[in-house]
Amino acid sequence: MQPVLKLDSVTHYFGGLKAVSNFNLDLPEGVLWGLIGPNGAGKTTIFNLITGVYIPTQGKIYFLSEDITRYKPHTVVSRGIARTFQNLRIFPTLTALDNIRIAGHFRMKYGILGATIRSKDFYTSEKELTEKAMHLLELFKLHDRAYSPAKSLPYGELRRLEIARALATDPKLLLLDEPAAGMNPKEVENLMEMILWIRDHFKLTVYLIEHHMKVVMGICERIKVMDFGETIAEGNSSDIQNDPKVIEAYLGRQKNHAKG
Amino acid sequence: MKITKLFTNNRKLVLFSVIFYVVVDVLHLTGVLNDYWIQITNVALINIILAVSLNLINGFAGQFSIGHMGFAAVGAYTAGTLTTIIWKLGVANSITKYLLFAVALILAGVAAAIVGYLIGLPTLRLRGDYLAIVTLAFGEIIRVIINATGYVGGPRGLLGIPKLSNFTIIFFVTLLSVIIMRNIVFSTIGRALKSIREDEVASELVGVDITRYKVLAFTIGSFFAGIAGALLCHLLQIAHPTQFGFIGSINVLVMVYIGGAGSISGSIVAAVGLTFLSEFLRLGIDNLNKIAPFPVGPEWRMVVYAVLLVAVMLYRTAGIMGGREFGILVPEEEGKNATGSQA
Ligand SMILES: Nc1ncnc2c1ncn2[C@@H]1O[C@H](COP(=O)(O)OP(=O)(O)OP(=O)(O)O)[C@@H](O)[C@H]1O
Ligand SMILES: [Mg+2]
Repeated sequence: MQPVLKLDSVTHYFGGLKAVSNFNLDLPEGVLWGLIGPNGAGKTTIFNLITGVYIPTQGKIYFLSEDITRYKPHTVVSRGIARTFQNLRIFPTLTALDNIRIAGHFRMKYGILGATIRSKDFYTSEKELTEKAMHLLELFKLHDRAYSPAKSLPYGELRRLEIARALATDPKLLLLDEPAAGMNPKEVENLMEMILWIRDHFKLTVYLIEHHMKVVMGICERIKVMDFGETIAEGNSSDIQNDPKVIEAYLGRQKNHAKG
Repeated sequence: MKITKLFTNNRKLVLFSVIFYVVVDVLHLTGVLNDYWIQITNVALINIILAVSLNLINGFAGQFSIGHMGFAAVGAYTAGTLTTIIWKLGVANSITKYLLFAVALILAGVAAAIVGYLIGLPTLRLRGDYLAIVTLAFGEIIRVIINATGYVGGPRGLLGIPKLSNFTIIFFVTLLSVIIMRNIVFSTIGRALKSIREDEVASELVGVDITRYKVLAFTIGSFFAGIAGALLCHLLQIAHPTQFGFIGSINVLVMVYIGGAGSISGSIVAAVGLTFLSEFLRLGIDNLNKIAPFPVGPEWRMVVYAVLLVAVMLYRTAGIMGGREFGILVPEEEGKNATGSQA
């Protein structure tokens, strides 16, 4: 079967720094795969390349067979790829509802004239958008917060809001960058359940970056490991846990940490 | 005509505005308000258009433009030149002159919008201070070009512009402009602009074409600035390069931030408040000079004005309104989502 997302020998330099080296990926439909690696390995850069934030120095990126390598972020989103960010990127003064509604922007059926004269399309489009956004807020138990500015929400709710916002773009592929960052064990437990539920409920393909080994090992069907931009291992959780290169990458780094 | 919908959809706002309009007119007719104060009211209304349109760019889209009067100049000179030429032909009668003015206003907006678009396209990749410098330079370039163009009067200004602006026209053009900009703000377009202001990267990654919307904010803002410029020069019957210089642009900028970036209501309050405050201070200082044992020069007006501005900014760091709106300005469909209805 055709992969949903395909990265074909993608390499990316930041000046002289090779942040990603010859990265390959064939992500089949409906899977939940993971990407791990020590700090600075190049994981977030991979997401930035997929979503058009950066254009790779070399290599190609295909989404459902379409070459999206040089697409701008908003075009990538409109094709069906949504993501969250390692460091939350919420619109702080907008209400929770507007944070979600903005994600439906590119599908709105009215333009500046329609907005100005309040056309029929304006009302139907807005009503549909608002109902959909409210439904998402409800699914993520955020409906009480609909009219609160996002900045007034606690951290855990913001994490959920960001995921809900990504889903509001109607994606086929969801990229999650360290969703468990800053969560306590109980929250991590809920998050794992939530990710599985999201994948099934929204019929998505999910690609996950995570430092929390428990999350990755617990829910990812297949895992890729990066270190210094290189792919050093790939397999299911037990393959990875027993791979000497992986152990070295992590333990080696930890030793340095202890020294530093 | 769909335009009527703009009014029927905003019953409360229109009702309030019409009452205001009638009261001012009655006060004028009965002589309570003399021509002088009507003139100040007219200027205040034009300042509303300028402040709200700059707020669209600075407050809602989060871009920092400081050359807004440059766009007003484009509108003023476009409309002023057109009406002056046609006026001289002597073809306009008491009815067609208003048709002429309507056309001139629209052309003024369109000309300013085109310039705004052309400036916006290459410059909006710049951020913050850099964008500010470019818009500042733009404003000055416009002024220099006008100064050097003998055809529009150069440094003497464009004289003999017919007096086509009056309270009624200015009032309803302002009302219509505010409603249109308000409708844009409370729509997916307004949300797109605000999302750019809050976080450009996140905005792009939820599907907003940020370049397009930044340029759009600039274009719409310039359009209304052009209309304001045209109203102004047909009120004062002169368009002069100094009216549209840096000081003028800063004045509008002050209105936006004193009122509150991202609040239409704030821009309205500040435009009216500061226009009248400035006049009151002038009268106050004049009278003080008459009774004080020592001379009180007119320069004291600016000192007091500046001190009051600083005081407001210290007391209300987010401007008078913060990011809120008067309930009357919030469209019904926004319901509880508009934080403004509490204001
Ligand atoms: N915009 C940039 N300019 C220059 N260097 C960058 C840029 N973004 C990332 N880098 C560098 O590229 C490398 C990979 O960074 P990346 O953010 O992809 O790592 P990561 O695997 O996501 O790490 P972490 O686990 O800490 O999030 C790092 O050395 C980083 O410093
Ligand atoms: Mg990262």
